[in-house]
Amino acid sequence: MDLAALKTQLKNFVQSMFEEGVLDNQFSQIQALQDSTNPNFVEEVITLFCNDAERIINEINRNLGYQNVDFSNLDSYVHQLKGSSSSIGANRLKLACANLRQASDERNKEGCLQALQLITCEYCLLRRKFQALLHLERSIVELETNQK
Amino acid sequence: MGMAIDRDDTQFHVLAVDDSLIDRKLIERLLKTSSFQVTAVDSGSKALEFLGLNNNDADDDEEYEQRDSNTESVSSDEDQDHQDLGLGVNLIITDYCMPGMTGYDLLKKIKKSSSFKDIPVVIMSSENIPSRINRCLEDGAEEFFLKPVQLSDVNKLRPHLMKGRSKDIDSSHKTTSTRLISSGD
Repeated sequence: MDLAALKTQLKNFVQSMFEEGVLDNQFSQIQALQDSTNPNFVEEVITLFCNDAERIINEINRNLGYQNVDFSNLDSYVHQLKGSSSSIGANRLKLACANLRQASDERNKEGCLQALQLITCEYCLLRRKFQALLHLERSIVELETNQK
Repeated sequence: MGMAIDRDDTQFHVLAVDDSLIDRKLIERLLKTSSFQVTAVDSGSKALEFLGLNNNDADDDEEYEQRDSNTESVSSDEDQDHQDLGLGVNLIITDYCMPGMTGYDLLKKIKKSSSFKDIPVVIMSSENIPSRINRCLEDGAEEFFLKPVQLSDVNKLRPHLMKGRSKDIDSSHKTTSTRLISSGD
């Protein structure tokens, strides 16, 4: 596939993520911060985000495994995940966090477990899409480098 | 040598404080895109450390009375270092919600410090809580940005920095003579 076609494919792919509500405008802001002096910025941010999100989701899982859940601890983790999601433009994941926040506020363990399932779902979807996005990005960079 | 104001007049140095790795990366990129020099740290205590302010130093004038076994003793040489380090930072931008020292706590400490109280402080938060915002602004924060911070927010920083710079130039002579007196020479 040629460079122009790849770029179009990437653009359309990101657009579909906007339309599905998976991403919001904040992601465009991040893309806009990538330039020739920082050619891997999007990849770096996505990588940081995924590592962080997985760490937090694991911690929340662990927390909810205890008989007596430490809800204030849980609160702190949800806050972190919601913040990261917001910063990268992960819209649906951010909304899923609000669900967990609500259940945690109500000290509703069952509600928290359900909300966590949704978060895990949304995160897995997002990660899959990010992987596809990065694959496209790398192909583009490779082609551009070869053309120089 | 005295106090050398070693400052590149074309570049401002911003100290960014945020416990979130992603947010640190973002704010750093935003600031650099706007041609600021950036130092990013992950806590309020690291910020104070960078400025040369010991965690327990609430007010430089009280330093000599505040010594206890836990506090590093502050000599008059270190007092000079505080000033020199502090002059390197033109603005502090900090997250509000951080474990340990919050951005608000950091704001208070900065404003209590005779060396650094004139450095503009900007607070960022993911939560839109009017009482929180008002409290920060009333207690000395120049601006309050809602996260995620945008380039348009960062563009609002320059006027605060320009204001600070002209004040620095005016007060530099006064600061020199004050230090000479307090260092006990």
